[in-house]
Amino acid sequence: MKFVDEFREPEVITRTAAEIRRLADANRHYRIMEVCGGHTHAIYRFGLKDLLPSNIELIHGPGCPVCVLPMGRIDDGLSIAQQPDVIFAAFGDMMRVPGTRGSPLEHKARGMDVRIVYSPSDALKLAQTNPDKHVMFFAIGFETTAPSTALTLVRAKNQGVHNFSVFCNHVTIIPAIRAILDSPDMRIDAFIGPGHVSTVIGCRPYEWIAKDEDKPVAVSGFEPLDILQSIVMVLRQLKADEAKIENQYKRVVPWEGNRAALRAMAEVFELRPYFEWRGLGFISQSALRIRDSYAGWDAEQRFHVPGVRVTDPKAAQCGEVLKGVLKPHQCKLFGKECTPEHPIGALMVSSEGSCAAYFNYEHRKTAMVTSIESVA
Amino acid sequence: MCLAIPGKIVQLFPDQPQTAMVDVVGVRRKVDLGLLQDQPPVAGDWVLIHVGFAMSKISEQDANDQMRTLRMLGEAEAAMQEVQGYGLEQS
Ligand code: SF4
Repeated sequence: MKFVDEFREPEVITRTAAEIRRLADANRHYRIMEVCGGHTHAIYRFGLKDLLPSNIELIHGPGCPVCVLPMGRIDDGLSIAQQPDVIFAAFGDMMRVPGTRGSPLEHKARGMDVRIVYSPSDALKLAQTNPDKHVMFFAIGFETTAPSTALTLVRAKNQGVHNFSVFCNHVTIIPAIRAILDSPDMRIDAFIGPGHVSTVIGCRPYEWIAKDEDKPVAVSGFEPLDILQSIVMVLRQLKADEAKIENQYKRVVPWEGNRAALRAMAEVFELRPYFEWRGLGFISQSALRIRDSYAGWDAEQRFHVPGVRVTDPKAAQCGEVLKGVLKPHQCKLFGKECTPEHPIGALMVSSEGSCAAYFNYEHRKTAMVTSIESVA
Repeated sequence: MCLAIPGKIVQLFPDQPQTAMVDVVGVRRKVDLGLLQDQPPVAGDWVLIHVGFAMSKISEQDANDQMRTLRMLGEAEAAMQEVQGYGLEQS
């Protein structure tokens, strides 16, 4: 547990870990899902599993936006950019995500005009500085990112920038949680709620999880202590046979969310009737599309999009890992064909993907220990 | 991508009310304030930034803690690269 000393308040961490052990009933197995990829990354990075008793299992949720995007959508976005004078703009996270014929980066190597942007507003700026080109922004993300895309579209419309469009892949977190709870092979006892998504949507949208499904939720920050405290919160509820929404991340997450952000989203987006998620399949009303009032800036309406469904490579078990049915290392390709250097699936690309997190921390750690042991 | 970056508002622009200059550990870039319309920040305020947009106001203490968390997660470098990239400075 060498890490504990590096934490901000090591004694509090040790005390909180002890509290977790006290609260956990030895005769019970707990499955707690952290919904957000940022938490998955933090849990592996901080080695928090080592602080938990073995009967508390953390299940990694669907909250990594590049991981849940089916390959067909990547192909669709790239096919738009194949048309003459189109610039493909996306966040760095997207660049190495494999499509059927390679990632955006590989397409760039083959001559496609692919640019990394760090903000959707920079994609708009790119359009303004390249008036003879069309800039298509490949938008991904949950409610944390969707408001920024929305405001960028409002700006594009107000400023009359017509050589700009968005290929919208924004998804919403609540229907994904519902799909997981409805899935017959999943059993989850409680949820660690996403921190930064909740700064936008607030805590109210989770209330049904407690009321209808009887599962505790703790919306959590990203520090080691935040995550451990959230685990304490849900264990206390489980022990008292309660289910409610608790806000561990009060210092950042207002109960009502960010109304200006929600207004921007409502102005520009509406719910798609359904959308395909990798691993979870089609989920109704789980993603956003651009409203008709912004049709001129909707890449799907401006360009022909093939919309072909593509299945993942046969041996890849991204879907099972995304649902929490398999652990990353149980995928047949893990650490062999699929590594962060040569990712086969998106879960190995993003630092928020559970395969990459597992590989970078657990796998490398074990590999190191084994090699030290074999030397000794 | 889901981890927000803390920054301090150092300058507001009267002719561009939607924009502010922020300082993230010494790097200054413009961010969009459109999502904080209901609680407009003033110079000196700390905010969490996500993909070039200020998302929420936070305390200085929380800003320091968030930077520390990013460092511990090994994400500080990526965060700084993101901030440096705002405004297409790198391209
Ligand atoms: S190891 Fe690779 S192929 Fe297997 S689940 Fe993870 S990302 Fe998918």
